Amino acid sequence: MKEIYITDYNCVTPLGFDAELNWKALLEGKSGVALHKVIDNHEAFFVSKIDSEKLEEEFNKHFDNQNFTRLEKMFLLSLKPLVERNPISDETAFILSTTKGNISLLKNENTLPEGVYLSNLAQKLADFFGFKTQPIVVSNACVSGVMAISVAKNMIQAGKYKDAFVVAGDEISEFVISGFNSFQAIGSEPCKPYDKNRNGINLGEATASVYITSELNQNEKLKFKVLGDSAINDANHISGPSRTGDGLFASVQNAMKEAKVSSEQIDFISAHGTATLYNDEMEAIAFNRMDLQNVPLNSMKGYYGHCLGASGLLESIIAMESALNNTLIPSKNFEEMGVSQDLNIIRENQSAEIKYILKTASGFGGCNAAVVLEKY
Amino acid sequence: MNTMKKTDICTIKNSKIILNNEIVFETTTENFSDFAKEAYKCLELNYPKFHKMDNLSKLAFLASEMILKDEDHSRTALVFANKSSSLDTDFKYQESINSQENYFPSPAVFVYTLPNICVGEISIKHKMQTENAFFVLDEFDEEFLNSYAAQILESRKAEKVLCGWVELYQESYKAFVYLLTL
Repeated sequence: MKEIYITDYNCVTPLGFDAELNWKALLEGKSGVALHKVIDNHEAFFVSKIDSEKLEEEFNKHFDNQNFTRLEKMFLLSLKPLVERNPISDETAFILSTTKGNISLLKNENTLPEGVYLSNLAQKLADFFGFKTQPIVVSNACVSGVMAISVAKNMIQAGKYKDAFVVAGDEISEFVISGFNSFQAIGSEPCKPYDKNRNGINLGEATASVYITSELNQNEKLKFKVLGDSAINDANHISGPSRTGDGLFASVQNAMKEAKVSSEQIDFISAHGTATLYNDEMEAIAFNRMDLQNVPLNSMKGYYGHCLGASGLLESIIAMESALNNTLIPSKNFEEMGVSQDLNIIRENQSAEIKYILKTASGFGGCNAAVVLEKY
Repeated sequence: MNTMKKTDICTIKNSKIILNNEIVFETTTENFSDFAKEAYKCLELNYPKFHKMDNLSKLAFLASEMILKDEDHSRTALVFANKSSSLDTDFKYQESINSQENYFPSPAVFVYTLPNICVGEISIKHKMQTENAFFVLDEFDEEFLNSYAAQILESRKAEKVLCGWVELYQESYKAFVYLLTL
């Protein structure tokens, strides 16, 4: 089986418009989460939102064409440096991960605007950069970003493509905020994953991109091998996580089996950690079943909120930055253990050798996903 | 690469359910919700959760039921795709939040604003704790779905893969679902 590598990445978030700026902000403990008014006649919510004026300014520095939605501009900014550094060929895949795409375009419309079709969004981005293959959209709720890495790996291994640009993104919208609010899942303060006093999620927005290839050219500034992946359903409930962590447990087990990596070898877990009672508890159960309770773990939701289809890819990028910089960063806002099982939650910046990373995510529809990455 | 076998095929369109070239249900009812309800009754599916599902889930569920039946599917993966994602329910949900006077977002509707929920529904019915994937493509691309399925089979993450194109927006619908094995 072909070996698959991540050799480049970039991200656009409230903490910065490239990966380096994000890493610097994270080391300083900065968070994108703040109070924002998202819905008219409704109180403000804690969300991690990109300043629209700054986004516009940054976009205008790099692009002339203005015929793009706000989300599309975030995608373009994230992808541009990657496309400049890595060539696109006839055998290059373009994979887009998103849950809701341009859903904001739907407001007050009587018919569907073309832009709300996810395949049209993907095609528009693909055409802009000159991708030649049919774009692939991965839309598996909150595990989409992690799964997009698996899809790239599997389709390259299947021989369909030589390499792939994977881009993930979602933006803050009234649609999504009102929905999560109707579930009473939104926290009334900055979210506190795994903490005893957690009371719900903060939504966030970001775009993230990675370049994945089977062919190295020895000029790579970074190399991570994608060793194993899996995405197993809980088969339990469409809107609540399994109480036994079955799907996450099986996803992690399969990914580690394929990676041929044992629990003792995993150096760091970048977990999902949404700060809802049920999710965090479910993860703690699944990680304990895999004997991973002593592995340093964090959730990035305290910095970026929950960026839906972008979160898994963004958090994978930050995990790789951690490994490259030999530094573990804390699970922000965590103070007091709030799950029933042991977890080794990172409390402060600390130096560490990180070779094997486990990245996980879970989402609506009972879906879960796990990938194992190796610093190479 | 090993060649895969397509063992069962179910098509749903034009108020007909066809399993392996045989019509198992048909009606003159054109409206999708009524068609689904009639099919559910006639085929004696006996699964009350069906009535809570959105139309996309009902479509995917009906086609999958024809193939999965009561057999053991603890090693069958699910790889589904469509064009319109969950836009049918997205549109209904958006209508519930369009105006300040009629602002009634419902969690029961919102949960279906994700296309992979239909895969979750099938997984729940058949207790399939297996590999799941949902793709949104501009058009049905069997070669793509089969390549993805082949990779799951060859890496031994599953023994069978239920693949499907399940497209639905308002009254326009089509399902093409099939079972693959090595």
